Amino acid sequence: MSDKTKSRDFHQARWNEPIIFDLSTPGERGILLPEMEPEIETSAGDALGELPGDLKRSSPPGLPEMAQMRVLKHYLRLSQENLGADLNVDIGQGTCTMKYSPKINEQFAASPQLSGLHPVQDENTVQGVLEIMYQLEQFLKAISGMDRFSLQPGGGSHAILAIVSMIRAWVDDRGLSDTKDEIITTIFSHPSNCAVARAKGFKVINIYPDPKTGRPDLEAFKEAVSERTAALLITNPEDTGIYNENIKELTDLVHAHGGLCSYDQANANGILGITRAVNANFDFCFFNIHKTFSSPHGCGGPGCGVVGVKEHLIPYLPVPLTSFDEANNRYYLDYDVPKTIGKIKDYYGVIPAMIRAYAWIRSLGAEGLLEAARVAVLNNNYILNRIRAMKGAEVPYAEGEHRIEQVRYSFQLLKEETGCGFDEVQRRICDFMCHLWSSHEPFVVPEPFTIEPTESYSKQEIDEYLAALEKIIEEACATPDVLKTAPHNSPIHHVAEHEYLDDPKLWAVTWRMYKNRFEGYFEPKKEQ
Amino acid sequence: MFRLGLIINPVAGMGGPLGLKGTDGEEILELALKKGALPQAPSRAAHVLKALSQEKDKICLLTCPGPMGADTAIQCSMPFETIPLKINQKTSPEDTRRAAKMLQQRSVDLLLFVGGDGTARDIGSAVGERQLCLGVPAGVKMHSSVFALSPHHAAEIALGLIKGRRSQPRLAEIMDIDEEAFRADQLRARLFGYLPVPGSQRGLQLLKAGSSASEKAKQQASAAFFVEEMDPNRLYLIGPGTTTRAILQALGQEGTLLGVDALRDGQIIGKDLNEKDCLALLDQAGFEQATIVVTPIGGQGFILGRGNQQLSAEVVRRVSKKQILVVATPDKLQLLRGSPFRLDTGDPELDRQLCGIYRVLTGYRESAYYRAEL
Repeated sequence: MSDKTKSRDFHQARWNEPIIFDLSTPGERGILLPEMEPEIETSAGDALGELPGDLKRSSPPGLPEMAQMRVLKHYLRLSQENLGADLNVDIGQGTCTMKYSPKINEQFAASPQLSGLHPVQDENTVQGVLEIMYQLEQFLKAISGMDRFSLQPGGGSHAILAIVSMIRAWVDDRGLSDTKDEIITTIFSHPSNCAVARAKGFKVINIYPDPKTGRPDLEAFKEAVSERTAALLITNPEDTGIYNENIKELTDLVHAHGGLCSYDQANANGILGITRAVNANFDFCFFNIHKTFSSPHGCGGPGCGVVGVKEHLIPYLPVPLTSFDEANNRYYLDYDVPKTIGKIKDYYGVIPAMIRAYAWIRSLGAEGLLEAARVAVLNNNYILNRIRAMKGAEVPYAEGEHRIEQVRYSFQLLKEETGCGFDEVQRRICDFMCHLWSSHEPFVVPEPFTIEPTESYSKQEIDEYLAALEKIIEEACATPDVLKTAPHNSPIHHVAEHEYLDDPKLWAVTWRMYKNRFEGYFEPKKEQ
Repeated sequence: MFRLGLIINPVAGMGGPLGLKGTDGEEILELALKKGALPQAPSRAAHVLKALSQEKDKICLLTCPGPMGADTAIQCSMPFETIPLKINQKTSPEDTRRAAKMLQQRSVDLLLFVGGDGTARDIGSAVGERQLCLGVPAGVKMHSSVFALSPHHAAEIALGLIKGRRSQPRLAEIMDIDEEAFRADQLRARLFGYLPVPGSQRGLQLLKAGSSASEKAKQQASAAFFVEEMDPNRLYLIGPGTTTRAILQALGQEGTLLGVDALRDGQIIGKDLNEKDCLALLDQAGFEQATIVVTPIGGQGFILGRGNQQLSAEVVRRVSKKQILVVATPDKLQLLRGSPFRLDTGDPELDRQLCGIYRVLTGYRESAYYRAEL
C-alpha cells in the first residue's frame, strides 16, 4: 500500500454543540446599526409607516439573538461533525453522482451580479440570465436530441411530476382518459414513478428484472403493454448500472400501442456523448443537472430536473419557456404555450444550478463531456473488478459483464458468514473518513450497497476507499465486534435503528416539534 | 427485564447429516442414533445464548430442564429459571408443546425455539397466533418462514428486541412436508398455520426491508384494488394465506385462513373447500368464468402446490394460466430476492405449462408482472 492510499489516522471533531436557539441571549446582536442622522430621518420619514397593518408582525420573529463571531463558530463546529462532500471520499453514495463541483462554478452561482437580481425585475434588465438559460437549453437539446426543454422543475421527482402531468394532459386531450389508464415502469427505475403516476390518476405496473440478466424482463413487459398503456417511465442504465441494449424494442412496443415513452436520465453520467434519448425514440427525458452537470446532489443543491420533449409535446410544456426574439434581439419568458400544464415553480426555476451546469458544459465542451463519461465508466469498472474479488461481496445479475457508471453490490454473504452486513460496514467506514449510503429501495438486492465513482475521483482516492473496505471485511471475519460497535472515531456512537424513523410520533423535523416532543437529546418526553 | 423463553428440540437436525431427510417419528430417531447421529440443536442454541449473554442483566431467561434448555444455559453461563416441565430422557413433540404452553402462560416477551419445521408445528399448535416467536434454524427441513437466517441472525433479532427496538409482529408461515414422501424423494409441503414473528427486521428468513407502512396496510391496499376490479358474475376461488384473507375481510366476509373459499358477487358461497368442491363449483360456473387467486409462500415463492393443495393439478388444469391471479405485497416479492415464483402442482407437465409471467396485485391500483419457473 502506498503512502497515498494508506488509511488516515482520522477522528472527527466533537463539540457537544448546543442547538443555535439554545445559544441565544436576549439583546445580543450581529450588527448594531447606528442611529439615523436627523437629516436623513427628516428626508425619508417613517419608511415602514406605509406598510399595510396586516403585513406587519404583531410580535418579533423568534430568531436566535447572537453576535456574528458566535454564529460563525457555531456553524464551523457543526461542519466539523459531518462527513462533508469536500472532505470525504463519497463514492459510496451510489445513485447520487457525487462529482466535484468546481469552485469557480460556485463563485459564479454566488456572484453579486446574480444573487443581487430580483425575480420580478423587468426582462430587459435580466437579459444575461435569460441568455444563459436559453443557451443551456440549446446544449441540453444537443446532448439529448430532444426538441425543447423546460428548466423549471426543482429536482428529479418534480421533473417526473411535470412529465406525468403532461402525459395526463395528452391523454385527456385525445379523449382517452377512460381507456389509457396504465403507466408501466420498472422496479429499479426512479422510486417516484409509482407515486406520481398514482397521484395523476393512473394505475401502475411494475416490471421486475430478469433474474439472470438484470434487465427488465422482456416477456413480462410484452404481457404488460396493451392499449391501456398511457406511458412507459424507465431508466437506463438502472440503479444496477446494467445498460439495457433492448431499450428501443420497449419504446417501439409502447408506441405501437399508442403510448408515450419517458427516459429518466437523472443520472446520465455514464452515457454523455455516447447515446441520446432520441436514439431510442423517447418522447420525454429529464436530466438532474444537479447531479450530472456540476451542482452537488442533495443538501449541497438545490436541485434542478430539466425536462425535454419531442416536437409533438412542446404544446404541453410548463410555462414560462425561455425564448429569443430575433427581430428585437432580446430574450424573453415565453408564456405562449397553447396546452401548457401551467406553472410548476415560482419565477425562473433554480438559477444557481443552471449557472453551474452552463459553466460546466462550457468548460468541457462536447469532447470533454464524452471524456467525463468514459472516465466515470472506467473508474466504475475498475472498482467492480476489485470488489468482485473481495470476500463476502457479491455482484447480483449480469455475471461477468461490465457495468456503466455504478453497481449495486450485496453484502449478504458477509452477513451470513460473519453477522456483519451493510449496516455494520456503513457505520465502520465512517472511521476511515469515507461514506457508504443506505438508501437502496427497493430491497430486491439483500444487504445492498451501491458504489458510483464518477469521473472526479483519482485512482489513489478510489484505492484508499477500497483499502478501507478490504480492511473492514478483514475485521468482520476476525473481530466482528469492532464493526458492531462502530463508529469509533465519530462524535455520535449510537445510531438509531431504522424502525425509529418509521414512527411519526418520534419525528422532530422542526425546532418547535423538537421542543414539544423531547426534553433532551433522544429522550422521549415523559408521559403525563 | 426482558422475559425470554427458550425451547430446544435436542433431536432436531440429527437425521440431516445422515441423509435421513428429517428426524420426525421415533423410528427415524432410533435409526439416526444407531447410525451415530450427534445432536445439532444444542450447539446452535449455544451460539445464540453466547451472543445474548452480553445483555444478560436485561434478560430473564425461562427455559426447560436438561437438554431442552437448562444444559445449554449452564454451558453458556447464562442465568435462567427452569419451568416445571417433566421430560423423559428421550424428548417428544408433546414435551415441546407443553413447554410452549407453559412459557406462554408465564408471559414471555419472545419465545425462541431451536429446531426445524416439525418443532415449528408443535410450537404453533400450542401457542396459536398469540405469542411472539422466533425460530433458530437447527432442523433438517426449514420450509417455514418463522426461522431466522442463521443462529447469528436470531441472536441479532432477539438482541434488538431486548435493547428496546420497536417491531410490529408479522404472521409467518409454518410449513412442513410429509416426511415419508420426502424420504422417497417426493416433496409434498403443507401450510400448517402461522406464528407471529418480529417484523421489519433484517435477517429474518431472507431480508425484509424496514417499511413505514405495515404489511397489513399493504395487504388491505391490494385487497381494495381486487375489490375495485372484481367482476360480480365471476367465480373466485380464494386460496389460503393472510394476503388473500385480506380480500375477504375487505368484503366483510369471514373466510378460512388455511382453506380455499369460493367468492361470487362479494359473498362467500363455499368455505374450506376440498378438491372435489372446487371442481364442482368450476363445472357449475363455466371454466372461463372463474379465477383462482393465490399468494406466494413467504420467502420461497411457491404459488401452487405448497399450502394450497386443494387447488390441485386437476383444478388448475380447468382454467387457463391467465385465470390465475397472484396477490402479494411488494415486501413479499422483495423477500424472494429476485427469484421467480415456483410451481409444484404434482403434475410436472402442468407445472411446465404454467411457467411464465403472472399478473400480481401489489397495492391499490398497483400491480407487477412476475415470472414463475420450475
